[in-house]
Amino acid sequence: MEKFVKFDGIVAPLDRANVDTDLIIPKQFLKSIKRTGFGPNLFDELRYLDEGQPGQDCSQRPLNPEFVLNKPRYKGASVLLARRNFGCGSSREHAPWALTDFGFKTVLAPSFADIFFNNSFKNGLLPIVLSEETIDELFRAVEANEGYQLTVDLASQQIIKPDGSTIAFEVDPFRKHCLLEGLDDIGLTLQDAELIKEYEAKRRETAPWLFDAIK
Amino acid sequence: MAGKTLYDKLWDAHIVKQREDGTALIYIDRQLLHEVTSPQAFEGLRLAGRKPWRLDANIATPDHNVPTTDRSGPIEDEVSRIQVQTLDDNCDEFGILEFKMNDSRQGIVHVMGPEQGATLPGMTIVCGDSHTATHGAFGALAHGIGTSEVEHVLATQCLIQKKMKSMLIKVDGELAAGVTAKDVVLAIIAKIGTAGGTGYAIEFGGSVMQGLSMEGRMTVCNMAIEAGARSGMVAVDDKTIEYFRGRPFAPTGANWDKAVEYWRTLHSDADAEFDVVLELDGSAIKPQVSWGTSPEMVVAIDEALPDPDQEADPVKAEGMRRAYQYMGLKPGITMGEVVPDRVFIGSCTNSRIEDLRAAAEVAKGRKVSDKVKQAMVVPGSGLVKQQAEEEGLDKIFIEAGFEWREPGCSMCLAMNADRLGEGEHCASTSNRNFEGRQGYGGRTHLVSPAMAAAAAVAGRFIDVRELA
Repeated sequence: MEKFVKFDGIVAPLDRANVDTDLIIPKQFLKSIKRTGFGPNLFDELRYLDEGQPGQDCSQRPLNPEFVLNKPRYKGASVLLARRNFGCGSSREHAPWALTDFGFKTVLAPSFADIFFNNSFKNGLLPIVLSEETIDELFRAVEANEGYQLTVDLASQQIIKPDGSTIAFEVDPFRKHCLLEGLDDIGLTLQDAELIKEYEAKRRETAPWLFDAIK
Repeated sequence: MAGKTLYDKLWDAHIVKQREDGTALIYIDRQLLHEVTSPQAFEGLRLAGRKPWRLDANIATPDHNVPTTDRSGPIEDEVSRIQVQTLDDNCDEFGILEFKMNDSRQGIVHVMGPEQGATLPGMTIVCGDSHTATHGAFGALAHGIGTSEVEHVLATQCLIQKKMKSMLIKVDGELAAGVTAKDVVLAIIAKIGTAGGTGYAIEFGGSVMQGLSMEGRMTVCNMAIEAGARSGMVAVDDKTIEYFRGRPFAPTGANWDKAVEYWRTLHSDADAEFDVVLELDGSAIKPQVSWGTSPEMVVAIDEALPDPDQEADPVKAEGMRRAYQYMGLKPGITMGEVVPDRVFIGSCTNSRIEDLRAAAEVAKGRKVSDKVKQAMVVPGSGLVKQQAEEEGLDKIFIEAGFEWREPGCSMCLAMNADRLGEGEHCASTSNRNFEGRQGYGGRTHLVSPAMAAAAAVAGRFIDVRELA
């Protein structure tokens, strides 16, 4: 995973609550056995006027001009401003894969669904929880100012607005560390391999039926 | 000191290492694998030169992409075929037990796991699928994970987790005739909302939950995720224990006795404290139908659809307006005015033998209405299908005009060929009514198996009790 560095980005507002993972990346694209290439199908049903198929050249498809990401003023956006319960529904990691492949580095919302929230950190996508009031204010600011940008600084846990004022945000220290350093979780866990083996040995004594049943 | 909740007990029993930052390394007893969320995990292992930590903790079966029609040839859709083939190849290469497409034990992972005794009380169970919460019905700690975590569990048999908060949802009273587990869980989601359980592990309790069969408890826990909770669970009782007697991977002999002794401790202590306790009167629950595009947009069958103008929360009101537009419905009507173009009985929520029996009871001696283009029954596994056929349920369905299919996820998410056409309404026993979920432009109405069968024969949504 790449290190998460401080960045400035255009903000795209997606003004609807309960954006589910089916909406973020519809099921037909989950048939891919790769981790990459989902960007062109991000929000497929909202973004295009036709039904998308896997492997299709999306540059030839009719775009929905009303959809926010198709508006020229949000071209190149890397900050997604969203409403409550973003990422609800399935556990598909294809949702953060599609968002990052498109170019998003962070999603700002009043709340996130648990599995999506967790999956995001594993893929260098930073989900930031802000109050409903702050989110409302940002929606108004983005609407009023074409080219509205925010600076996201994970190290200091701050979002810096164009006028220099800041919004502080919370992030779990372990997840922050992993994002900043671009760390692979598995490597970290394997440093505790001996502890895992000790646990298994004890468990095998107290609950032997949990081992060797499936072969 | 207060006693422990069931969740506390399951959590404590699986801590490998408590970290200073509040997270813990948690041991995972069982991982279920399917073709959609595992290929990138296996690829990750290969790229890093890693091997699975413990082969016998994993079990796999393809379910999302498999056709529910004739399976004598290869899967027609090339992309689906490659994905299923990739699961077969990965399981063969790494040595993981898989029930392949034409094995009678193949099925939806969440039906197969308990059926085989691969799911057991007291286990931590994960799967790259949000409906893994299903297995909590057996007093297990079960939840969905993404592909990175699938790889993490394959490589380390552990997950890094932060303990969730605890919620008890107590459903007391007695369910009226015709009201099922599905109606109970839809009523719960309607009440607490799709984010009501976010950050919580939910224990379902009360006399109604105790009265439900294991199949019914699975239906309720299955949809905990639709209330935002990664995990749902129910305390172990005699029914739980009896369910596992004789299952292929369940313990036997002295191990069985030892296991049962432990399983009997898997309930919340009488003095346990929960962060949140919610109580519902089960006697007041009527058959439920979803009308919108979120599982919280649910009404009782005789209730008028809600008016967004009466909704105080502007974000919620906007969501309702969008849902009405997508669904082609209007506030104030009742669901009895809506004709289902298709009917789908199946999915990890409602494709077990009890679900099929309930639907067959309604279908028996009746015919699918000519207003309905298609009504299909998709059993949850090959073994459920066999049992249903032994009981003659297949004949009842076929005589009534239902299609009797091969097992898989099918039209719950339409990754295979089973899907809705644009604008079509569907009475579906599945779990999600999101836009496009069952097919591009499709309109899903979540109901119980009995209510789905009733809608099929009546040609409109109807209170199943009116057919009695």
